[in-house]
Amino acid sequence: MAKHHVTTTVNGDPVEFLCSTEDTLLDVLRNTLNLTGSKEGCSTGDCGACSVTVDGRLMCSCLMLGIEAEGHDIGTIEGVADGDKLHPLQKHFLEEAALQCGICTPGFIVAAKALLERNPDPSETEMRYWLAGNLCRCTGYDKIITAVTNAAAELREK
Amino acid sequence: MTQMQFEAPTSVDDAVRCLAQAGDSAKILAGGTDLLVQLRSGRIRPGTIVDIKQIPELRAVTAENGGFRIGAAVSGAELNENAAVKAAWPGLVEGLDLIGSTQIQGRASLGGNLCNASPAADSVPGMIAAGAICAVAGPDGRRDVPVEDIAIAPGKTSLKPGEFIVSFLLPPRPPHSGDAYLRFIPRTEMDIAVVGAGVSLTLDDNGTCIAARVALGAVAPTALLVEDAAAALIGTPVDAAALEKLGSAAMAACNPIDDKRGTVEYRTKVAGVLARRAAEKALERARTN
Repeated sequence: MAKHHVTTTVNGDPVEFLCSTEDTLLDVLRNTLNLTGSKEGCSTGDCGACSVTVDGRLMCSCLMLGIEAEGHDIGTIEGVADGDKLHPLQKHFLEEAALQCGICTPGFIVAAKALLERNPDPSETEMRYWLAGNLCRCTGYDKIITAVTNAAAELREK
Repeated sequence: MTQMQFEAPTSVDDAVRCLAQAGDSAKILAGGTDLLVQLRSGRIRPGTIVDIKQIPELRAVTAENGGFRIGAAVSGAELNENAAVKAAWPGLVEGLDLIGSTQIQGRASLGGNLCNASPAADSVPGMIAAGAICAVAGPDGRRDVPVEDIAIAPGKTSLKPGEFIVSFLLPPRPPHSGDAYLRFIPRTEMDIAVVGAGVSLTLDDNGTCIAARVALGAVAPTALLVEDAAAALIGTPVDAAALEKLGSAAMAACNPIDDKRGTVEYRTKVAGVLARRAAEKALERARTN
């Protein structure tokens, strides 16, 4: 059987690709579309390093088949910055040194962006619960929470 | 190795046909939060994956006969955003919401959680307590099955070949009704229930309990409907004596495993405590509506 032909939108651009049934959306993003910002950590939906949005909703791209992207609107870390201009979340992650090895960072930023689009002024508790599906083994999370808090404040001023 | 096929039927009848055609090697894909993990680990190698999310009935939440019908593939995030269902069945929605992270909530469904048939499935005790009825479709047509009759052993369901769950019917809610689901885990988030307890009850105008259902998770090979525990509440003002009896009945129903998550003694003890606390929370809710 030939591969599936999928038509979708990634970061606002129309995209077509071919995939096998068992290819996850993460496989397609990284290996076919060369969007390697989304990381493969656990492949079981526990670590959140592969976080993307599908029609604005946060999901693990390792737990979705590529073929399921047909007709949907996918958002990845590559679509967060505006050209060369970093998103406030990206800027504050750098300023607060909210990363060390960086593997979890794209997932955190995609997840935090989805949170701030729903709730521009989340409490620390709301942030920590929302981001509970993103694991970081370097920072201890405090710097990440500070970065998200600062980015939220900056976004509210805009 | 033959290539894995993929079908995304757009009606229940089409899905029944796809499943019949694919036979034993078919696997149903709803949110995929269990299926894709099993696929990746090599535990399963289906011949065909049938994605049921394109079927409108599977994704709809509608009012029906004073209650609600919830599509089997509606995600946790979608149900959590449905104010009407949440107001009528806060305990059931909280149970579903406890499964996994924000990311998992974007995809995980009531139908998937039930059919994965884990004894610790967090949405199942709340559904059993609610008296939810599954609408099942298959080659022999449609039939209604109470939620508690679906799982028969860890990982096994009573669904016949080619059958799948289309939706869940939640009954109408009389005045002074409340439900609650509580689970015990050693952390605050992202864990598998050591014990789960779901309680739904209805009071009359004088505060006497006139109907109750109690369900326990993770203390037996399947989630349990504990009729003795419900009987301990019915006809009482849900006072300390009734709650004590409910706790004892819950403990008596337990038949748990002994593992790193909890010993038999521990799970049994916690089941009694959690059933009592869930009943207290359901009572509080029943008194305010």
